[in-house]
Amino acid sequence: MPLDCRPEELLIATIARLLRGCRNIAVGVSSPIPGSAALLARAESEEPLRVELLESLEGNSFTRGSVELFDRAAQGRIDAFFLGGGQIDGQANINLVGTGDYPRTAVRWPGSFGSAYLYFLVPRVILFREEHSRRVLVPKVDFVSAPGVSAPEVYRRGGPCALITGKALFRFDRDRRRFRLESLHPGHDLADVLETTGFDFDHDAAPAATAGPDAATLEMIRGPVAREIAKAYPKFAARVFPRA
Amino acid sequence: MTDSRLFLLLDELAAQVPDGASLALPKDSAGAPMAAVRALVRRGAKDLHLINVPTSGLATDLLVGAGAARLVETSGVSLGEFGGAPRFNAAVKAGAVRVRDATCPAIYAGLQAAEKGLPFMPLRGVIGSDVLAFRDDWKVIDNPFAEAAADPLLLLPAIRPDIALFHARRADRQGNVWIGVQGELAIMAHAAERTLVTVEEIVDGDLMAREESAAGTIPAVYVTAVAEAPRGAWPLGFLDLYPADEAELADYARLARSAEGFAAYLERGCAPAVSR
Repeated sequence: MPLDCRPEELLIATIARLLRGCRNIAVGVSSPIPGSAALLARAESEEPLRVELLESLEGNSFTRGSVELFDRAAQGRIDAFFLGGGQIDGQANINLVGTGDYPRTAVRWPGSFGSAYLYFLVPRVILFREEHSRRVLVPKVDFVSAPGVSAPEVYRRGGPCALITGKALFRFDRDRRRFRLESLHPGHDLADVLETTGFDFDHDAAPAATAGPDAATLEMIRGPVAREIAKAYPKFAARVFPRA
Repeated sequence: MTDSRLFLLLDELAAQVPDGASLALPKDSAGAPMAAVRALVRRGAKDLHLINVPTSGLATDLLVGAGAARLVETSGVSLGEFGGAPRFNAAVKAGAVRVRDATCPAIYAGLQAAEKGLPFMPLRGVIGSDVLAFRDDWKVIDNPFAEAAADPLLLLPAIRPDIALFHARRADRQGNVWIGVQGELAIMAHAAERTLVTVEEIVDGDLMAREESAAGTIPAVYVTAVAEAPRGAWPLGFLDLYPADEAELADYARLARSAEGFAAYLERGCAPAVSR
């Protein structure tokens, strides 16, 4: 890592790189790191780039409530969105509902939210989950809130493009239906990632390191991005950017 | 017990929700009627079929914890940064409440079908998910307009709630309700058989008289009854009027982890004196 930066700042910079070329990015609720990344992508973009933060009143342009997000997505007006998962498997299926036998799941999570729809319609869906463990990254999810891939006859203009965790960045190959390890975050090695990932994935013998933010990017993150994200996520901003 | 008056007191409004009704509630961040929810708990409402539009949090957790709901139709129930919804999660695990999992746009689409007086609405996506696999009331057809290849398409039955209940900023004395850009509240009101609203304030004048206010207004034709409830979303925040009461929400999240703690919270939070 060229600079001393926090893990959150590395994730923000890495996700922002995945957003290059987007014109319209939407960010769901409870997503301060993806939200910060989208704001960073906007700050660094030479083309006009819109960011819709669902969490904040002034951070989005919906005039008909959140129903408008789904209509825009179906029309192709949203280029990128973020999804997480209590479980994520090697075919990029995600589970936001719970573990064990549905419906009386042993552990119940909130629910599928808009995932079962947006995963099909937003071209660039980035899976984001900080916890990188066999508990989260499983061989097969217990409940498919949204499938990573679909049969050829199913209308699908979007889907997963990458998975970023606290340890690594993976790209999803939609044709091969598999993840490929793209880079390891500083401080993590391949053996550790193999050990803590519950599904098979492709990788180089010596994977690259995830590039950290350069000085200009870090300044952007700690300045305008931190101030903007604080409006939607004051607690997050106070914790990660105490001096902003 | 149906009261034909347009303006009611809070507890009178809650009395207009009969046991067993299907009750549409908005998400916590867009007009969750917490004062009315507490009034429902106080009156001991039972067997409600909650329809979260399209998600919920504290409102659903309180009603489920108090034993007021038999079925929750939802796309997500969570206390947000205060964690999972403890009573809802416990009730699902115990089988004390049935859950009908959906996805956000499917709930909107079902309500939009009802708005239009249609039996169903098609929707993209969802095919191949377990959300669909567990919904025997949803159907997949082949798009009859597809030109060449097969094009499977999801159909969702109309959702026509018995009652829509939400909190809004203001109503005028004719019963017009101003919601600003919270458009899903209008969808709820259009779709439901009856609409009950709590408001921060009741104002003089006619919200429909000027285009600037009429554009963000649900006309009284959709509104069954209104109760004034200042800070009616507390302890949740409400738009830019007041922020969430974080100490109260943290207290709730902590106490509601156990049935005993939840009962203690109800003792304290739902007594008539604490209508705040």
